[in-house]
Amino acid sequence: MTKIKYRDALRLALKEEMERDPLVFCMGEGIGERGGSYKVTDGLYKQFGAGRVIDTPIAEATFVGMAYGAGMVGARPVIEVLFIDFTLLTLDQVINQAAKYYTMSGGQGNAPMVVRTQGGAGNGLAGQHSQSLEALFYHIPGLKVVMPSTPYDAKGLLKSSIREGAPVMFIEHKLLYMTEGEVPEEEYLIPLGKADIKRQGTDVTLVTYSYMTLKCMEAAQKLEEQGISAEVVDLRTLSPLDKETILKSVEKTSRLVIVHEAVKRGGVGGDIAAMVMEEGFDYLDAPILRVAGKNTVVPYNLELEKNCVPTVEEITQTVHTVMGR
Amino acid sequence: MTEIGMDLVQKMYTQVFSIRRFEQVAIENYRLGNIRGYYHPYLGEEGIAVGVISALKPDDYITSTHRGHGHCIAKGHDPKRMFAEVFGKATGYCQGLGGSMHISSRALNNLGANGIVAGGIPIATGAAMGIKQKGTNQVVVCFFSDGASNNGTFHEGLNIAAVFKLPVVYVLENNQYAVSTPIAHSALCADLAERAASYCMPGYSSEGNDAVEVYEMMQEPLERARVGGGPSLVEFKTYRHAGHHVNDPGAYMPQDVLAYWKTKDPVDLLKKRLLDMGVTQAEIEAINAQVEQEMEAGVEFALQSPQLSWADFERQFVEP
Repeated sequence: MTKIKYRDALRLALKEEMERDPLVFCMGEGIGERGGSYKVTDGLYKQFGAGRVIDTPIAEATFVGMAYGAGMVGARPVIEVLFIDFTLLTLDQVINQAAKYYTMSGGQGNAPMVVRTQGGAGNGLAGQHSQSLEALFYHIPGLKVVMPSTPYDAKGLLKSSIREGAPVMFIEHKLLYMTEGEVPEEEYLIPLGKADIKRQGTDVTLVTYSYMTLKCMEAAQKLEEQGISAEVVDLRTLSPLDKETILKSVEKTSRLVIVHEAVKRGGVGGDIAAMVMEEGFDYLDAPILRVAGKNTVVPYNLELEKNCVPTVEEITQTVHTVMGR
Repeated sequence: MTEIGMDLVQKMYTQVFSIRRFEQVAIENYRLGNIRGYYHPYLGEEGIAVGVISALKPDDYITSTHRGHGHCIAKGHDPKRMFAEVFGKATGYCQGLGGSMHISSRALNNLGANGIVAGGIPIATGAAMGIKQKGTNQVVVCFFSDGASNNGTFHEGLNIAAVFKLPVVYVLENNQYAVSTPIAHSALCADLAERAASYCMPGYSSEGNDAVEVYEMMQEPLERARVGGGPSLVEFKTYRHAGHHVNDPGAYMPQDVLAYWKTKDPVDLLKKRLLDMGVTQAEIEAINAQVEQEMEAGVEFALQSPQLSWADFERQFVEP
């Protein structure tokens, strides 16, 4: 095991997959010689050349659609969309085209393509560069949505996503790139659709994903000091959703708090809460509560921005509420 | 220039006539209630699909449009399975899940018709990038319309294809209407192919009703794409014989303009070529009879075919 950064884990995944399969290639804005805005592709241009690490014009709708077309003829494209905010320019190609093909073609095949992008607040980038838009893609049948929180998960899930053979939205978080974690030297894969219990607990389940997993781990540590044992379920993949792990954990703890950075309104948390009510109501000893982003536009001002996303204190307070103490 | 022999013209005639009859028979079946939803006939535009695709190799790719039945027939799709698809039957190309606007065939390298105008441009461009990655010498033809040429993906896609010298030919079927809006009301270029200059790629513009002329026009851009010379934009002007879809009477289409274009009916033009080449009227009648028989058999096949059951649909296509 060595300790590496999240962005380095992603780069290793790309490098290994490009070495394994000559049909894997990367496209995006400034990912070539420059190595990408968050340095995920740094060095790949040197190793694989301009033919496989391709800088595109600023034409998101088209280069994401191109991934779908390239996947249809047998290539294995990995596309970087610099900010998830910019994926809004690509929705026709992602939602009307790529996500529909498998069913609309009567199951003739699927289009392997990975759209890597990143979201989240925290860098003072204001309303058009700080959103958490995963619920848009989670809503769409035909798409897989992957949101890893650790370098280990990022590497194993990106490799699996590239081999998935279907359209995958691989959503990173801008505050995770510099975080570190243990990653084994030897090759490994993590299957899509499997949540990971990042911390065992018995009193309350925290269901979360992406950067908020780190906040939940911090909150769980604080809660332990306060005599509450919290279990942290990191979904890792939103679609397919690992209902089984969520329900098993709730069966064990009888209490559920869902934590995500995306705004509460129409967020993934509402859907998970409804699913647990439908399929695990008898396990519950308290109402399900959500800790989520405020229903607003992420502001530039630092203090105001901080208030828009869930804090460790909000999480611990909400857990106290569901515990009744 | 490739020699255009009798066999090729005969094959083109058969295809043009097949498309004509497929659409007419489909419209009858639409009225009978056997086909639902939107149905956009390719009537009057047959020369383009047949001329363009006759110039391709079988393993070349196409992307098609909502008005795509002609492209399918020219690309070798079996009318039986096309009728089955538009009848919504399990034996259709897409098990009856795509319908008229979404016929695709992986086996025939048809990457799909498209319900979104200009939606195929990024896909075709990407397929060309995929071909480049694979290192084969296949080519992609991207069919789209005058209406699509006003969409943003037209600009993005053609620019990227030019920059990376991708093996794609953009075939602009200018039927002169975006649904009901005349192209003259939405673009000021007399020839939309002039726009190719913006991307420093060759542009070609001509009428598209004579499949043989279309075939000839395609030789240079296809060869350029195949040898790494990059994309081209080829515009073919044409005119629909009817409205936008089967329930659009096309009242906005001036009768004299329609009459003019009907003097250049793609079926008649090829028939004349065959007669000039010495094919007899009787031989043409024989081809026609064979096509009629194929259409009848196609409808019968579609009528007799089963629908995909809910259980089968759910098992394959409904996510947990």
